Amino acid sequence: MLYREAGDFKTTYAKDQQTFPIAFDRWGYFIMLALAFIVGPMIINDYWLNAVVLPFLIYAIAALGLNILTGYCGQVSLGTGGFMAVGAYASYKLMTSFPDLSIIIVVLLSGGVTALVGILFGLPSLRIKGFYLAVATLAAQFFLVWLFNKVPWFYNYSASGQISAPERSVFGYAISGANALPHVSYLFCLSFVVVLAWGARNLTRGANGRKWMAIRDMDIAAEIIGVDPLKTKLTAFAVSSFYIGISGALLFAVYLGAAEVGEAFGITKSFLVLFMIIIGGLGSIFGSFAGAAFMVLMPVLLKNIFVGQMGWPTDLAAHMEFVIVGGLIMLFLILEPHGLAALWRTAKEKLRLWPFPH
Amino acid sequence: MSANFYYGIEVFLNGLMAGVMYSLVALGFVLIFKASGIFNYAQGVMALFAALCLVGFQSGQIPFSHVINATFGTDIHHFGWHMPAFFAIILTLMMMILFAFLVEKFLLKHLVNQEPIILFMATIGLAYFMEGFGDLMWGSDIKKLDVGIPQGGNIWLETNTAFLGGPDFYGFYIDNLDIWATIFAAILVIALILFSQYTKTGRALRAVADDHQAALSVGISLRTIWVIVWSIAGFVALVAGIMWGSKSGVQFSLSLIALKALPVLMLGGFTSIPGAIIGGLIIGVGEKMFEFLIGAPFLGGATENWFAYMLALLFLVFRPQGLFGEKIIERV
Repeated sequence: MLYREAGDFKTTYAKDQQTFPIAFDRWGYFIMLALAFIVGPMIINDYWLNAVVLPFLIYAIAALGLNILTGYCGQVSLGTGGFMAVGAYASYKLMTSFPDLSIIIVVLLSGGVTALVGILFGLPSLRIKGFYLAVATLAAQFFLVWLFNKVPWFYNYSASGQISAPERSVFGYAISGANALPHVSYLFCLSFVVVLAWGARNLTRGANGRKWMAIRDMDIAAEIIGVDPLKTKLTAFAVSSFYIGISGALLFAVYLGAAEVGEAFGITKSFLVLFMIIIGGLGSIFGSFAGAAFMVLMPVLLKNIFVGQMGWPTDLAAHMEFVIVGGLIMLFLILEPHGLAALWRTAKEKLRLWPFPH
Repeated sequence: MSANFYYGIEVFLNGLMAGVMYSLVALGFVLIFKASGIFNYAQGVMALFAALCLVGFQSGQIPFSHVINATFGTDIHHFGWHMPAFFAIILTLMMMILFAFLVEKFLLKHLVNQEPIILFMATIGLAYFMEGFGDLMWGSDIKKLDVGIPQGGNIWLETNTAFLGGPDFYGFYIDNLDIWATIFAAILVIALILFSQYTKTGRALRAVADDHQAALSVGISLRTIWVIVWSIAGFVALVAGIMWGSKSGVQFSLSLIALKALPVLMLGGFTSIPGAIIGGLIIGVGEKMFEFLIGAPFLGGATENWFAYMLALLFLVFRPQGLFGEKIIERV
């Protein structure tokens, strides 16, 4: 009844092309935002923040980034963990070398550094395609992790080889370090997520996004109609790495506080983010969020069930988690290869006709 | 000649041996990719799973004993027998065939005509599933695998090459296990080539690899072929699992050999069996020599983690289909 365009007349082109053409959707989105910004900080506590909300927000950024590269531009990357490490180490070096720099600028600059590294590793994509490229991006993963492990300059010659985030604040509130309050770091990450998601949405529906999708669908045909593959692929790598770098910087500075590169940014991270976008839906902004939420929430839920309810030892529960995650991925691919986003689309189509299906 | 030079030769030989081990894993990838166009990420985990089953059968472990103990509060772990290696290998092989059958029935059958990337992701899911499943079934502690292959340095080679160098050179050190692995790999490759060239099933396999639709149209059952191919890949995984398991114990990290095999595949081409062998040898020698000559003295060591990938990456920039891969022809 509420959920349809009927009666909602558009009088300008801008209105016709808006992201949420249905009034119900639009208001739902604004209400969600308002809830997240106003009610969220009031009810958030340490457990929820650290177990669910912060990882969700930070991985959502990484998933957005990888989705731009893999979902929109069709270049499969298994180097996400390595690029996140670049973001984390760039933010660490910037924070320690320029103590007066605002952390917002630090995070953005780390994204910029990662974008440059991403372009560098994106160059082979012009020659190498498909699976060969996926495996080639593993070179970035292993090389970058090795680099941050072996060159002491990156971790400021600390004895443990770890990096730990110094305390930095915005408007007098601590964001990183031991004194950070839950609602402050929540709002900080949430702002980044909202701005970046807005940016991703508008990038992908503009000229750039269309070029990316043309390359994804058939690169030779795209080249013939005048899409420059060099520029298009490299912008996809750059934008994607920018997002992933920011998420790496936030993961390190706000969430983890201290990190060791092999453990925090290993190849499992690459696969985790890849799973998020598969389960969420390739080539969908909503899908990035849905996938991130799913992959963050499910382990927490499973752990509660197996360890909390059934009293299994944690290592058995961890193995069971592997079985269930693997099984779910296969099940998803069989039932709905286009992910949660496609389910959501179908639900919306159904909702439009409901309750009178004719 | 200086001892350093001979040491370099020893590194070279050991690189060749390591390369053979990589090739063993890469072979399984190539077989499945050729026959079904699926890039099977789970190959490494299949090796782990096969090795786990083998150790489990040999030592008479009760499957899922940890789960049973945790749920029912019992305390069981072993049947209390020791199975001879031969029977255990046969049993494991049957497990792998059963596994191939189940994969076809529950996974591949439903994913026919999907894009290759979707299939690839499905095998990643499969890898996760089997990793957890194997650990649930047999426990995650490090196990010792011993099927009677001799281990340790080869004394004969060591004493007979000692005369080459000066007084501080004691001969080439090469592990017996590596020599056996080379022999097994050679037998395996010859057997595979004979099988695919001279048997009816082998010819059907090649037909499917060549063109799915044409093969279907002359009455070859794709599903049967897929079960056969996955079974063969399971067998190759078992051999790789035995070799790697005897070398470094059966544990989670065994599944990471898949990551070692990937650059081999890139270098050799995804569709070529000789490519997997030669690619493996190049990668094995390359990374050992790089570590010996440049990595350890100048870069702080542990370059083996990434060197193979970088080598393959650089190589691919000049030859995108790998050394022996089919030429990629793109049409609009």
